[in-house]
Amino acid sequence: MTAIDTPYRSWRQSAIALSLAGPALVLMAIFMIGPLVCVVLLSLTNYQLGASTLSLIGLGNYIELAQDPTFQRSLQNTLIYAAIVVPGSVLLGLGAALLIEADSSLRSFYRAVYFLPVMATLIAMAIVWEFMLHPQFGVVNLTLKAIGMRPHDWLHDGSLALFSLCGIGVWQSLGFNMVLFMAGLTSIPPDLYEAAAVDGARSSLDRFRLVTWPMLGPVSLFVIVITAIRSFQVFDTVAVLTKGEPNKSTEVLLFTMYSEAFSFFRTGYGAAVTVVFLLIVMAFAALKTFFLDRRVHYS
Amino acid sequence: MSDMRIGPIARVARHIVLMAGGVVMIAPFAIMVLTSFKPQSEIMSADFHLFPEHWALIQNYSAATQKVSLLRYMLNGLIVTAAIFTLQVLTSLPAAYALAKLRFRGRDTLFGLVLLCLLVPVHATAIPIYLLLYKTGILNTYGALILPFALSVFGIFLMRQFFMTVPDDLIDAARIDGMRDFGIVWRVMLPTAVPALIAFGIFSVIAHWNDYFWPLIAVSNEHLFTPPLGVAFFRENGGGTDYGPLMAAATVTILPLVAAFLVAQRRFIEGITFSGMKG
Repeated sequence: MTAIDTPYRSWRQSAIALSLAGPALVLMAIFMIGPLVCVVLLSLTNYQLGASTLSLIGLGNYIELAQDPTFQRSLQNTLIYAAIVVPGSVLLGLGAALLIEADSSLRSFYRAVYFLPVMATLIAMAIVWEFMLHPQFGVVNLTLKAIGMRPHDWLHDGSLALFSLCGIGVWQSLGFNMVLFMAGLTSIPPDLYEAAAVDGARSSLDRFRLVTWPMLGPVSLFVIVITAIRSFQVFDTVAVLTKGEPNKSTEVLLFTMYSEAFSFFRTGYGAAVTVVFLLIVMAFAALKTFFLDRRVHYS
Repeated sequence: MSDMRIGPIARVARHIVLMAGGVVMIAPFAIMVLTSFKPQSEIMSADFHLFPEHWALIQNYSAATQKVSLLRYMLNGLIVTAAIFTLQVLTSLPAAYALAKLRFRGRDTLFGLVLLCLLVPVHATAIPIYLLLYKTGILNTYGALILPFALSVFGIFLMRQFFMTVPDDLIDAARIDGMRDFGIVWRVMLPTAVPALIAFGIFSVIAHWNDYFWPLIAVSNEHLFTPPLGVAFFRENGGGTDYGPLMAAATVTILPLVAAFLVAQRRFIEGITFSGMKG
């Protein structure tokens, strides 16, 4: 069969392709492109859920956002959360990957243990953490008391709650980063280590500095970016454990969006919060797709 | 990375560090399961014992299934994840085949749209989709939980990448045998794509079994609750301090995925690594 493009043939191919991709195209229009356009348009209105009318108020919602202390707190908390969870889970994930891969003993056991939180339903595990962080009966405070340290009310103390949620976030996501780093480590050609040894790299530290780290650099950038994207999406632990309290100290972007749109029914305002959230996440996602994906190669 | 020659001291140090870290990673699971075996009096005691002194396994698990419809939530989780994955395969595979193997006008535009949609987090479209389902009366039905995820652009992307590696000869041979493109998708391409499909399936099932954000918005009828909604509902409605049954409910919620993971560890990790690209 030769692939000569006669007009008939190309018309026929187009018709077949359209029928095959049609359902996907329709669903993409209804559930992705359409809503994306709608959310931007809604953010320019004062629409409230259930209201029969709405009017365009231009950038009114955005001006209100800029002056809204709850939103400012929310944006700030989300950035703090990401600023802690990203380095925490990337460095610990890298450390776990390097240590586990350094020797074959109990390798798959450790990998399973560190990966388990990634799989497990976060809502269920958040409730377990809440129990472990219970001021009186929680195992965390009981352990602290046993070693002579001061107990804390981890989730209800305004100066601690956000950091407790960060801890849960790091615990949950480090295994994910670990397996990405492991994929990166496996793709390093073994002869590079041999070459380094010939050139006099004796200690593990030398091997890491001369071979592993330069080869892992692009993977690391990639892992940092996707961890950042996931951190900006923090919602489950906040929604079930703290609801943004105490005193908005754990208010985060998606929770603000959820409260405005679905608790207070200020749909237009919630849409504006969504657009801000979207811009931040898309900036990182675009960085990943157009810049990093070309430089990272998984075997 | 092949096994590096590390000395005996480094070898022991590795185990110490990994074990210490492992205890922290596994602690919530151990506490959850062991607490689900303990009577309330023992849980609410400042005198902590890791293992139960008196067993309340049957009481806690039956309380968890009686106070809320835990088994119903599990069934809902199964229905929703299975329906989502089935629809995603049905809609994504033909599109992926068209993008990978057919030449048609607008192909690059279509693929550009797929790449654009890949960047969009699900949370961003929640408000308009909620309004759409509200206006069409689908809110608070299984449809509300399933339809918004009937298409996975990630599925299209992943399967397209895979189909690109399938030789054209295979398709030409099928054409000579008189097969139409629709048949080729399901009878020629699908069988070659099983490994990629399993990776995508693992990704999809984990994402939707564990999802809390969308079900929270889409349904308020308790009969439609998925496991995460159900366990959060139990905590808010009387179970909040009733830790034995609450931990039993949490254990049941995570059990199917964790059990499947322990059985097929390698496949799960491959599936997640593969799909880590989406982030």
